[in-house]
Amino acid sequence: MYPNEKLSEEKVFKDPVHRYVHVRDKVIWDLIGTKEFQRLRRIKQLGTTYLTFHGAEHSRFNHSLGVYEIVRRIVDDVFDGRDDWDRNERLLCLCSALLHDLGHGPFSHSFEKVFHLDHEHFTRAIILGDTEVNAVLRRVSDDFPKKVAEVIAKTYPNKLVVSLISSQIDADRMDYLLRDAYYTGVSYGHFDMERILRVMRPREDQVVIKRSGMHAVEDYIMSRYQMYWQVYFHPVTRSAEVILTKILHRAKHLYLAGYTFQTPPVHFHSLFVGNIQLQDYLKLDEAVVLYYFQQWQDEKDEILSDLCRRFINRNLFKYVEFHPTNEQMKKLMELTTLFKKAGIDPEYYLVVDSSSDLPYDFYRPGEEEERLPIYLLMPNGELRELSRESTIVDAISGKRRTDHKLYFPQDFLDDVSTKRNIKKKIKEILEG
Amino acid sequence: MLIEHAKIMKALAAVGEIVGRKKLQKMIYIAKKIDFPFYEKFDFHFYGPYSEELTLRIEELCNLGFLHEVKEKKGGYYQYRYMLTESGEEFLSHYELDMPHLEDCLRDMNEQSARFLELVSTILYFEDLSKEEIKEKVFTLKSKQRYTEEEIEQAHSYIEQLRSKVKKEVRT
Repeated sequence: MYPNEKLSEEKVFKDPVHRYVHVRDKVIWDLIGTKEFQRLRRIKQLGTTYLTFHGAEHSRFNHSLGVYEIVRRIVDDVFDGRDDWDRNERLLCLCSALLHDLGHGPFSHSFEKVFHLDHEHFTRAIILGDTEVNAVLRRVSDDFPKKVAEVIAKTYPNKLVVSLISSQIDADRMDYLLRDAYYTGVSYGHFDMERILRVMRPREDQVVIKRSGMHAVEDYIMSRYQMYWQVYFHPVTRSAEVILTKILHRAKHLYLAGYTFQTPPVHFHSLFVGNIQLQDYLKLDEAVVLYYFQQWQDEKDEILSDLCRRFINRNLFKYVEFHPTNEQMKKLMELTTLFKKAGIDPEYYLVVDSSSDLPYDFYRPGEEEERLPIYLLMPNGELRELSRESTIVDAISGKRRTDHKLYFPQDFLDDVSTKRNIKKKIKEILEG
Repeated sequence: MLIEHAKIMKALAAVGEIVGRKKLQKMIYIAKKIDFPFYEKFDFHFYGPYSEELTLRIEELCNLGFLHEVKEKKGGYYQYRYMLTESGEEFLSHYELDMPHLEDCLRDMNEQSARFLELVSTILYFEDLSKEEIKEKVFTLKSKQRYTEEEIEQAHSYIEQLRSKVKKEVRT
């Protein structure tokens, strides 16, 4: 029977984070071989972060294999035989873990923001649509693709299964924290995953952690906090993200205004007109996007070509801290006017970026029924929310920290061959 | 710039005060689903649609002194209430946000319980499914909330009522 079919020999992928990724199930091996999954090799896990941390070239393919491997270890080595764990859910967990990021597009975050897309919509469409992935899943059973899609969408009835892939302490986060720390080369971000896996216990609705494993979880929360501020929110990465977003806005604006491109944005057509189909979406990857950026460096439109040159050659915007109080907002309005007078379009060259613009979060217990927190399983069987037991977690999660920056092209302002006095005034305001 | 922040403030200005983060989350989600231009990304969580982006945005607005957050003890948990501060009102005055039907809809939602809004937002999350399938989803995913068929019907009517408010005001 295909659902239980094993490979004659176990396949092993070398992996720098988990050492080895083990594949024994034929279904998993077949899924990895599909073109939709192979596409993930061409989409970087951390988008523009490679422009800050040059090692961060790892892909969503690596990460997806990593999440699969963590879930495999949990269900095979930790949960198997325990109460509350239904062994029949094993293959569903493995497939969902492997495919959880399938719908991510190139520079996913920026694309989603500009074109109001949702990668989870495309994950669902790939799993349920006319694709190689769907054909593999359907060989398991007719309703299996739907189940996998539900687990990834977090709407599957067995919430324990969902929580393995998506919760405050899930395989997805554990893999990306360790992997991103490894590839960026930062020393924070590490924690003892093996220990966490050992102290995970299945409960009806979610995974809980044995009280004896609290310190390992504290380390994980610290890692999450530090990676959040040191890597994911790095101001230089955000500068690259700002430029990327503005390129997409500009290209769309030009396209809709009837501008004649030297290199027409064929692959972007359906995105620009707001009618993207799955097959078009699957053709987009970062190689394709960077090809256009490379070509658009020579476009006649000065804004588009300039922004593309900046992105390709890493000539990014500079930034100042910007706390948008009412006083600062008045300064921002003044800057907007001065930028226009200086002939620098503020729509593209004066940008406020906030921490809420990025798709990462840190741990907060929140209020009742806001979202499910991490629970510790106490020796007497009671469940206690993590921050109530851990002073470290309480300290981190209790303090609110947010961040806003104002991005601008310093080189334009330094060029005093034109509008010298206006640029001087702009710099005075920016320097505070 | 900061237009998405301003929209959230506009929502709070419309109702005066929102008690509970859960309620706030569900109100913005429902408003988004009935076509108000909120762009926060929502996922389905244990307690229905939830947006981490919205949570962070609220935190930013509190840190900036534009929102006043009151933390109150409620049983073993804390509950939070939110309202605009004076400087928040001043900040909002920098923006011309044309969302004329928002106030009426949000005021109505604010009078509902968080439990009911959880049901409404869950139904909206699955609105591409048939009514029977939605009911099935509510009974399986929200079994602990023990929603009745009657409540589900009420929630459907409530969604229609909200949508007709939006349409009516668009026509006028």
